[in-house]
Amino acid sequence: MNRKFHKWDLIITPYRGWFELHLDDIWRYRDLLWIIVKRNFTTFYKQTILGPLWFFIQPFLSTIVFTIIFHRVAKIPTGELPPILFYMSGIIAWNYFSGCLISTSGTFTANADLFGKIYFPRIIVPISEVISGLAKFGVQLIMFLGFYFYYIAMGDEQINPSFQTLLLLPLMIIQMAFLGQGLGMIISSLTSKYRDLSYLMSFGTQLLMYASPIVYPLSIVPEKYRYIIVLNPMTPIIEGFRQALVGKGHLDMSMFLYSLMFTITAFILGLLMFNKVEKTFVDTV
Amino acid sequence: MSEIVINIKKLSKAYDLGRISSGTLSRDLSSAWARFREKQDPNAPITTVDNLNKLNGSNRLWALKDINLQIKSGEILGIIGKNGAGKSTLLKILSRITSPTKGEVKIMGKLASLLEIGIGFHPELTGRENIYLNGAIMGMTKREIKNRLEQIIDFSGIETYIDTPVKRYSSGMGVRLGFSVAAHLDPDILLVDEVLAVGDAEFRKKCIEKMNNISAVGRTIIFVSHNMAAIKQLCNNCIHIQHGSIIDIGKPDMVINNYLKNTETMSDLISSKSFNLKRHKDIQLISAVCLDERSIETKIFNYENEITIELTYLLRNKIPGVFVFVDFHDIDGNLVLTTCSNDNEIDPIASLSNEKTIIQIRFPQKLLREGRYSVSTWIGTNQGISHWIIDEHLNMIVFEVVDNSTLIGDQRKGLLGPILKWNRI
Repeated sequence: MNRKFHKWDLIITPYRGWFELHLDDIWRYRDLLWIIVKRNFTTFYKQTILGPLWFFIQPFLSTIVFTIIFHRVAKIPTGELPPILFYMSGIIAWNYFSGCLISTSGTFTANADLFGKIYFPRIIVPISEVISGLAKFGVQLIMFLGFYFYYIAMGDEQINPSFQTLLLLPLMIIQMAFLGQGLGMIISSLTSKYRDLSYLMSFGTQLLMYASPIVYPLSIVPEKYRYIIVLNPMTPIIEGFRQALVGKGHLDMSMFLYSLMFTITAFILGLLMFNKVEKTFVDTV
Repeated sequence: MSEIVINIKKLSKAYDLGRISSGTLSRDLSSAWARFREKQDPNAPITTVDNLNKLNGSNRLWALKDINLQIKSGEILGIIGKNGAGKSTLLKILSRITSPTKGEVKIMGKLASLLEIGIGFHPELTGRENIYLNGAIMGMTKREIKNRLEQIIDFSGIETYIDTPVKRYSSGMGVRLGFSVAAHLDPDILLVDEVLAVGDAEFRKKCIEKMNNISAVGRTIIFVSHNMAAIKQLCNNCIHIQHGSIIDIGKPDMVINNYLKNTETMSDLISSKSFNLKRHKDIQLISAVCLDERSIETKIFNYENEITIELTYLLRNKIPGVFVFVDFHDIDGNLVLTTCSNDNEIDPIASLSNEKTIIQIRFPQKLLREGRYSVSTWIGTNQGISHWIIDEHLNMIVFEVVDNSTLIGDQRKGLLGPILKWNRI
């Protein structure tokens, strides 16, 4: 060590500004991120009989149940689309969003023990959940495409993918990830102090699901109440998702831009709150 | 020439006791409402006299107060002090687990902390996969781990099981693997908290050697331990923290001697002591007493007498891997001997039933030379891969041995005074 002047690598001080995010730390720990993503994936099906099949079973069974209850029994119209495609597209998109939201919101409480023993950028944990969720989503999308091409091959003429909206699809997937993580980070920052919110989480996301056009198309919602459903930032994404793939769905630019702005705001707010809480949360758990 | 790698200036850490969140929104709201109406907070902790001294009338507990310290490269700094003195808080701030309330710390170089062994180990993953996971959590890159993989596996000595899930490992194997990863971290500064107390003697020796090697190449180590012998053996500098302040700094021998003299008042002989019940502890010591051969409580023993230390334990919940060790120090602060419950073929502590149990430790006659001795005891567990001190009592008993039966008597030097046979051949 022949450095003539002291150049400190790290200075620890009591306060950190709202905007000192140390995002370069995430880059330094990128290997950890990948290792955790891999761990999430391999430990998901260890010691299970069906293994990776679990990725398919849940959305498939939900689709069947939804088709029976909402389509056959409740007779909610699904447009001219085959109900299987209608429900499955909504379910896998919703699953990805709610998965990101729920796993991110539990970051501090679920990892309190680990975080109390060692430092690494805490945000690595929710990011890893979002990435492993994306892989799961990808696998489920392939299953969806299987049914999709089956219906096309059977000569279903109602399926007309919108190529313009298809271009927006990658953006919408990223948006779901950021929205889920943004809201999740806000909640995780609050749950580090108030546990009440974690009880609210599971049933809150369920309520939110019914406020999203998953079991019904937006077009059948009466004009009077439609604004409530449209205020839900997930609505344009689900509708857009359907429009891109099967050409049925209600999506206009203003709805989409609103959802995009909502996502960006929630993500930035979540990031700032998360950053603030991560410094001292070990003292409050 | 060594330079300063850690510079700690006026570092303080406070915990807000009364105002800390109660964890649920409704209770916080009721506290706020009570404060608003200037009524007594229904959720405030009941302040005992004992706590009052610490709090000085306010609701802030200062775990660290105005710590100033400079640590040079190549230094192995030992930190000693009672439980709750602030040692762990200091390590937690240095390792960025929590933030200070005041002051600042400047660090040069890469810092790694070892507050627990095998952090992040996932039971379903194999030993090899866990090396990557654990290494990455501690700040290594994938490439670094890959390059050192052979050495890590080799050092751990469990090559045969490296592709077995960690949940099939014994606790000892988990510790070996965890320490091997830690030993190959290669940081500029290493923080170690009481981890050497685990593992078998051979492995412990390996660890101490490894730490010596690390410092020999100019790395810095900060080492918190209750094990005075390990601090003496390893460290070249030592600080004593009491109530959040550094009260002594210097060579380990000196600081440790002062620490032991300071914490005990060996001027008074104490033949027995009983302890308050602490309901949150799964196991605790409730009383300790010194007995002579006729089971009578005694303070002063004859050199020719047997000495019995009787310890009464209360077990509330069974804990796996629990054991007790007892240290005997002389008046100069030397550790005369240590005895451990798991020295016995059947560990009497591990087989405790769910009630009060009395354990007797018997000293053979003519073993301790004339002088005063203090007795300290710890309950620990090697449960899983972490190591915890559950119950600690320093210098709880002080007894005296008087030698009127040998010619040399009180002139005998040395730590022990057994009678050896002299034979003319």
